[in-house]
Amino acid sequence: MKVVIKLEDDVSTDAIYPGRFMATVLPNETPQFAFADHSEFNSKLKRHEIPAGSFMIAGKNFGCGSSREQAASCLRGYELVVIAKSFGRIFMQNAINLGLRVIVCPTLEAAEGDELEIENEFVVNKTNHKYFPIEPLPKARQAIMDAGGLIPYTRKKLIEKHAARPH
Amino acid sequence: MGMTIVEKILARASDQPFVKAGDVVEAKVDLAMSHENAALVINQFHDVYKGTGIDANVWDPSKIAIILDHRVPAESAKTATNQKKVREFVAKQGIKKFHDIRGDEGGICHQILPENGYVRPGYLVVGTDSHTTTHGALGAFAFGIGATDMAAVWTLGSVLNVEVPATIKVIITGKFQPHVSPKDLILHIIGRISAEGANFKVIEFHGETIRHMNTSGRLVLCNMSVEAGATSGIVPADKETVRYLMGHAGVTDEIEIMQPDADAEYDQIVEVDITRLTPQIACPHTVDNVIPIYSTEGKKVHQIVVGSCTNGRIDDLEIAAKTLKGRRIAKDVRMLVFPASWRIYKEALKKGYISSLIDAGAVVMNPGCGCCLGVHEGALGDGEVALSTTNRNFKGRMGNPGAEVYLCSPAVAAASAITGFITDPRNGEIS
Ligand code: SF4
Repeated sequence: MKVVIKLEDDVSTDAIYPGRFMATVLPNETPQFAFADHSEFNSKLKRHEIPAGSFMIAGKNFGCGSSREQAASCLRGYELVVIAKSFGRIFMQNAINLGLRVIVCPTLEAAEGDELEIENEFVVNKTNHKYFPIEPLPKARQAIMDAGGLIPYTRKKLIEKHAARPH
Repeated sequence: MGMTIVEKILARASDQPFVKAGDVVEAKVDLAMSHENAALVINQFHDVYKGTGIDANVWDPSKIAIILDHRVPAESAKTATNQKKVREFVAKQGIKKFHDIRGDEGGICHQILPENGYVRPGYLVVGTDSHTTTHGALGAFAFGIGATDMAAVWTLGSVLNVEVPATIKVIITGKFQPHVSPKDLILHIIGRISAEGANFKVIEFHGETIRHMNTSGRLVLCNMSVEAGATSGIVPADKETVRYLMGHAGVTDEIEIMQPDADAEYDQIVEVDITRLTPQIACPHTVDNVIPIYSTEGKKVHQIVVGSCTNGRIDDLEIAAKTLKGRRIAKDVRMLVFPASWRIYKEALKKGYISSLIDAGAVVMNPGCGCCLGVHEGALGDGEVALSTTNRNFKGRMGNPGAEVYLCSPAVAAASAITGFITDPRNGEIS
């Protein structure tokens, strides 16, 4: 899939999902405001010109700032894949919890329009024919990914806990 | 090998004698805080229970705090409906630590928790707000989580899969010069270690400066630790913590004081001497874009903001009021003041600060998040510049991506209100 946008370092959750849309919370309603102040990208997303599975690439500290989960759910809605040199902690957790695919790749060299592929532990840039190693996500979160997100994971724990309780 | 404060708190919360950075634990939560975004947490919470046949009841209503503060009073029908949904949930679940839009109990969540004694040293506190780090000022391990994480906490009473963070020890020595404050110190530290310098780590504050700093100053340091990417900031509890909790927050039961072990292992040790620290400014559009004030003195500003969970406490209002007493703010400047809680507002009224501010031309807004996050009021016009005591200056933060936000201390904000330009409060004419 193609790189559809290349962003700088320190892209905050205010840029991904501006605070003035925070009253909108439902995952099926948040995508319309993804990168609302980046009007060109926002309109492409809304017109569904960006296919699911497309890559957004960013520098360091993508998703820094607020804990607003809308910043992850709005991108999840378009099924984008985010590759960054590093991520803000809460954003990364929210992404994993909601099933938004995030990839940490500190050395990636790519431009908008490049064709990328994920092969095992590497991001492969088909355009410049280079391989870039992927850093593993925090091990604490693996179980959540395996369960398909935090809601099914918690539901499973809840059922176990309930069954263990004396009636 | 000993443990840092956070390792000790997580060991206790996960019923283990010892944990170290990198371990993965399931930790019991002592306090779980949300604000308006409780509306989303409620959705996710009900989603967890869907299809299980189990009644959706929170694990322990006494450990949940909900404060309406981000958009108060509601700016739209949508917000009002979310707030209504939260009220209904709170009533149904019997949540008592609920602070509605009321003059007798309201305010910003990060002020309401400390001033009501909800946070104690050694607590594990989570909140659906990134500035939950604030509560580390009372010796708790407090950090921000997302709404779905909070739904899991409401269900199970613990944060699942926590990786014990490594700790950066910051040792601060020296005395502040006049007109220099904890806000300048934390801006300086963020500028030095960068916006992601403490990512996934905790900052533990030590040193003689901290020992002599009151809780209000410590709240500023921990509040903004997240702007260096930190999971949390923490000041190990001491006599001052006890003084604050018993003297101001109505705590009457015993307070346990937890200290890190002398042989705790730190990721890094950073030393800061504040003897020569000058007022600092964070320039647009990142919080780590920090420069000493002389490099930007004279910059024209259109809106001055004093308030927020960072600098909306009584000592902050005192600085602003005393600077402005008997003076007028510059003609082409708007000054907005929003106290961090109604308790602070009332104290400021009693002390005459509010009338000094109004007489000078400031607009005093109701306690709440006000214009800090750009959703409610106090938005900026295209090309306008704000100088603010809040904690974030990201593009669009004050409601307009075409405007600029500079961050500073209350002393700088007040001095600049008089001139209409970024002004060093140490300038003789102003002070
Ligand atoms: S005052 Fe600003 S930073 Fe503090 S909780 Fe409110 S919106 Fe967040």
